[in-house]
Order: sequence, then C-alpha cells, then structure tokens
Amino acid sequence: MSSQSFIEKLDAIDRRWIFLLMALSVGIPIFVIGITGTRFPESPTPTSLATFETIEALPEGARVLMSFDYEPASAGELQPMATAFVRHLAHKKAKIYCQTLWAAATPLIEQTLRTCVIAQHPEWIYGEHFVNMGYQSGNEGVMKVILTDYKQSFPNDYRGTPAAEIPMLADIVNTSSFDAIIVVSAGYPGSKEWVQYVVSPTLTSEKPTKLVAGVTGVSAPQLVPYFPTQLKGMLAAIKGAAEYEFLVNQAVEARNPGVKIPAQFMDAQRRMAPQLFGHLLMVGLILVGNTIFFARRRAARLALA
Amino acid sequence: MNQKRTWTIILSVAAILLAIRTFTGPGMGKVYVENSNKAFIEVNGKWVEAPVGTTSAVSWVKEIGTTPGAYFAANAVDANQSVIHLSTSRTLGVWIAALLTLFIFSFLYRDNPFYKFAESTIVGVSAAYWMVVSFWDTLVPKLFGKLAPNFVAEHFMPNIKRETDYWLLVPVILGVMLLCRLVPRAAYLGIVPLAFIVGTTSGLKFVSYIESDLLAQTASTMKSLAVVGDGGIEVGESIKQVLLFVGVIAGLVYFFFSVEHKGIVGKTARVGVWYLMITFGAAFGFTVMGRIALFAARCEFLFDDWLWLIDPTGRRAIADAVEIAVPALLL
Repeated sequence: MSSQSFIEKLDAIDRRWIFLLMALSVGIPIFVIGITGTRFPESPTPTSLATFETIEALPEGARVLMSFDYEPASAGELQPMATAFVRHLAHKKAKIYCQTLWAAATPLIEQTLRTCVIAQHPEWIYGEHFVNMGYQSGNEGVMKVILTDYKQSFPNDYRGTPAAEIPMLADIVNTSSFDAIIVVSAGYPGSKEWVQYVVSPTLTSEKPTKLVAGVTGVSAPQLVPYFPTQLKGMLAAIKGAAEYEFLVNQAVEARNPGVKIPAQFMDAQRRMAPQLFGHLLMVGLILVGNTIFFARRRAARLALA
Repeated sequence: MNQKRTWTIILSVAAILLAIRTFTGPGMGKVYVENSNKAFIEVNGKWVEAPVGTTSAVSWVKEIGTTPGAYFAANAVDANQSVIHLSTSRTLGVWIAALLTLFIFSFLYRDNPFYKFAESTIVGVSAAYWMVVSFWDTLVPKLFGKLAPNFVAEHFMPNIKRETDYWLLVPVILGVMLLCRLVPRAAYLGIVPLAFIVGTTSGLKFVSYIESDLLAQTASTMKSLAVVGDGGIEVGESIKQVLLFVGVIAGLVYFFFSVEHKGIVGKTARVGVWYLMITFGAAFGFTVMGRIALFAARCEFLFDDWLWLIDPTGRRAIADAVEIAVPALLL
C-alpha cells in the first residue's frame, strides 16, 4: 500500500471508528479502575490549593453559603466538587447554608447533604448546623437582593419553614454575614454573576466577600482572570475537583489518623484515568489530522510543480 | 470486510454480552430500599416525632434507598426478611435511564427512531419540569401569594406571609402585554414589556461589568513587572507578569482596527493572535475535559448502577463482579 493511499484512507475514515476508539479509551479505564480500585496521584495546581486554603482557614462555626448552581446534566463534572466542598465544611465544623438559583438543583442539594452531612455526622441538627434554603427564581436579581437582605429572597427553607423559625438564620442579614461563599456552577447564572453582583461591589469595603468557585471546563477559561483578586479559589473542571478531593481526603486523614476514606469520596480522582486516555487519544487524533493536512498540502504543491 | 458487516459484528457482540450479563449472577440494575416507620403526633399545635408504640400517632412507612450489599447481608441472615426489599419503581427508573442513555449514544452510529424518542422525551420532560417549578416556586408564592395571601395560605402554602402587595399587578399587566405578541393584531403591545426587560437588563449589566470586568480587571493588570519577594526578585512570578503585560498590549493592538496592521503594529498584532490562539486552545482543552467527564459519568452509571460490572464504591461484593464480568468479557 503506498503512503499516499494510506493517507487518503485515513482522511476518509468513517467518523464512527473515532467514536468507538473514544468509547474504548474512556470505558476500559473505568472498568479497570472499577475492578482494581487503583487511582492516579494528584499534584494540586495553585487555584485548587488556594481553594483548599481558603476553606481550611475558616474558623470552627464559620457561616458558609453554598450555592448549587447546576443541574443533573452537569453533575458528572460538578457533583464531585460539591461533595468535596460540603465534606470539607463538615470537617471544619462550619455552618452550611445551601441554596440554588437553578430549579433542578434542589434534589442535588438533598443528595449531597444526605451523603456528606447526615450520613457522616448523624449528631448534626437540621436548622442549627446545616440548612437547605432551596431554589429561588430571579437569577442575578436574587443576588442583588441578598446583597442587602438575605431573607427577603429566601423567606422560607425548601420545606416551607419560615426563616424566623430556623436558628442558624437568626444572625444572617445579607451576604456580608457569611464568612465565605462557595458557588458550584455550570453556566448562567453562575460564578461570573456572583463575582459581578456580590463580590465586586464589596471589593473596597471593610469586609470583602470571600468567594470560591467550582466550575465546568467550558466556563473555566472565562473565570481564570478573576483569580485571585475577585475569586479566592477556583476548581476548574474534573481535574480541579480531583485535586481538591485529594487535598480534602489528605486533611481528613491527617486529622483522624487511621481512618479509611470511603470510595464514594474519590469520584473525581477515579474519573481522571478515563481523562488521561481520552486526552491521549485526542492528542493522537490531532497529530494524525495535522499529518494528513500537511501531507495533502505537500502532494498538492508537488502536483502543481 | 465491509464496514456494515464490521459494525454488525461489534453490535452483536455487545448484545450477546448484555444478554449473558442479564441472565447470570446476582442480576443487574436492581435498586433496593429499606422500610422505615415514621410516626408523628400533634403537641401544642406542632407535629413532633412520636415515641414507639404511640397508638394515636399518624404513621406511615417511608422507603429509604439502600445498597444491594445491605440486601444480600440481610437475606443471608434471614431469607424471609422484608425490611430491605426490591423497589420496583426505582429499578424501573434505572432501566429507563440506562436505555435512554443508550438511545442517545445510538445517534453516534446514525440518526434513528430510538434517538428521536429519547430526544423528544428529554425536551418534553424538561419543559414540563420547568413549568411545574415555575408555577409552584414563582407564580404561587410570589404573585398569587401577594395578591391573595389568605387564599394561598389556606389552600397551598400555610407558612406564606399574609401581606397583600397590589404593586404586583404591574408585572401581571406587563406579562399579559408580552403574551400579546402571540396575537398578530395586538403584537405591538409586547414592545413595552420588551423595552422594560432590555432597559432593566442593560442597566443591571452595565454597572456590574464596569465594576467587576473593566475597573477591577484593569487594576489587576496594572502591577509591577518585577515581583519582589522576601528573597529579592521572584523570577517565576516576574515572568508571569511580563507575559501578562505583553499579552494584554498585543491582544488590544490586534483588536485596534483604526490603524493598518503593518510594521510594528502588525508584528504586535501577530503576537496578539498567538495569545488568542493559545487561549482558544486552552478553552478547547477544557471543553474536551468537560465532555469526557460527562461521558465517563454515564459510562460509570452503565457499568455500575445498571450492569453491575464494577463496584467502585463498594455497594456490592466486588468479587461477584469480577467473577461474572471477566468471563463474560473474555467470551
């Protein structure tokens, strides 16, 4: 077979072979990791490290608002972040205020609280240590309101209990009442709007709002410029989640020597193996595509000559 | 071998493996629940959890999700136990989710009725979900609850504040005017609420963009090129600052079209193009990462929750999975 005909065959390859290759390069590592339980080591990048350090620096009993601004379609990428955040806050014994500006996220809040708080800290009381304020419509309008009056936008929790009857909301006035805000977001409204409407107006105030964000890969490049002035930390895509998860697990092990970290708290780290092989395939395909391009260009020039 | 035959063989092997997996071992795609008895009594107008054995309590059985491992363990102790049992509805949910996932993936082979069915189902369910949520979370508490609070409190939301606010009639009128766009003869009425929406959004966005994207970002860029630390100039950080400075200037020059891109301007713009290309490359890389993460999560769902081939979180005995999965795959 001549090299020219091979290049032509590659150029005309059915795209479904590429889909099959991608399915295998993602599926096989998942299967192997699922059977063997092995994981790749993580070395945290500055943005993930800053996220961890911001949460780690909070005192016991700190009030942290956590906004789950995503829906099940992005849960594969963002749920490991949300789980790691809530778990870290629970280990820091922070008071966790959950809310969402995305209608489909309320069950995700429930699931996260069940996994990380109710199952791990059965002694914690709803309304005193953690609360789910549920969904509020209005996008950035809600942010503008909670900047001055939190309970105006969230008068009840997701069960309908009035804010006045929830003990941990007694001293919450507005977003400045929180020691930190965590946003896990998939798009609009999300971390960008939180920076614009909640963080930026307080940048020059006595107590600037501390915001850390966990975002999808698609929106990460837009948010990088905000770090570290407007965003104190940022987890970018599943890689950021894996790094942060690793740091949280390390901190939990350090505080409780001999403790075994349940596998359910290593979701992001587990998903890094398919990432590696998927990316290797992508790099290979890009190289092959470029080789074809240059080979065809050379052939065209030779034909003209 | 032609492509059609190759693909037929691949899909047939997958179907055979699935059939083997369905009829061997402890099964697949089953969801178990544990019965939990709940009992409440009313004390001084408040409902509190009732002590065990209270006859006057209002009680019901709540099904709490549990692991197949818990079911296997409970059955090993007492084969006739009924506390942990199979949940038909949740099992059906897993199977529907798995089949819809496969239907969506089938589009990669070619467009087909299964894909169309899954696509239409997702669109329909999403629209219905949004409609229900918008009605109960927005219209009822924020509109009806303000216009007729007593009625809403008595029939739908007992904890709602019983305060009337007739100013909400203004958005009602604007909303009705917006719907007039659907009627050709009255479509012009929709211009007013549209103008209101555009004006309000512009006002909100304008101030926030100036504050957070123009002023704050400009301030973040205007920093010393030489970063001085405790031990003198920090080379790495200084290089970062220089690269940032060059990137900002070159990027701005590229978008400055009032001057022809020739000479020094052209060369600077060329550097700007390189910065843009690197940025687009990073964005593409992040997008690929995101998409692979979503695909990996679906694969995990299929392998773990549906097929029971792997058990990364230890919800079932992993030995079973190896025992069944490996021979099936080696077939």
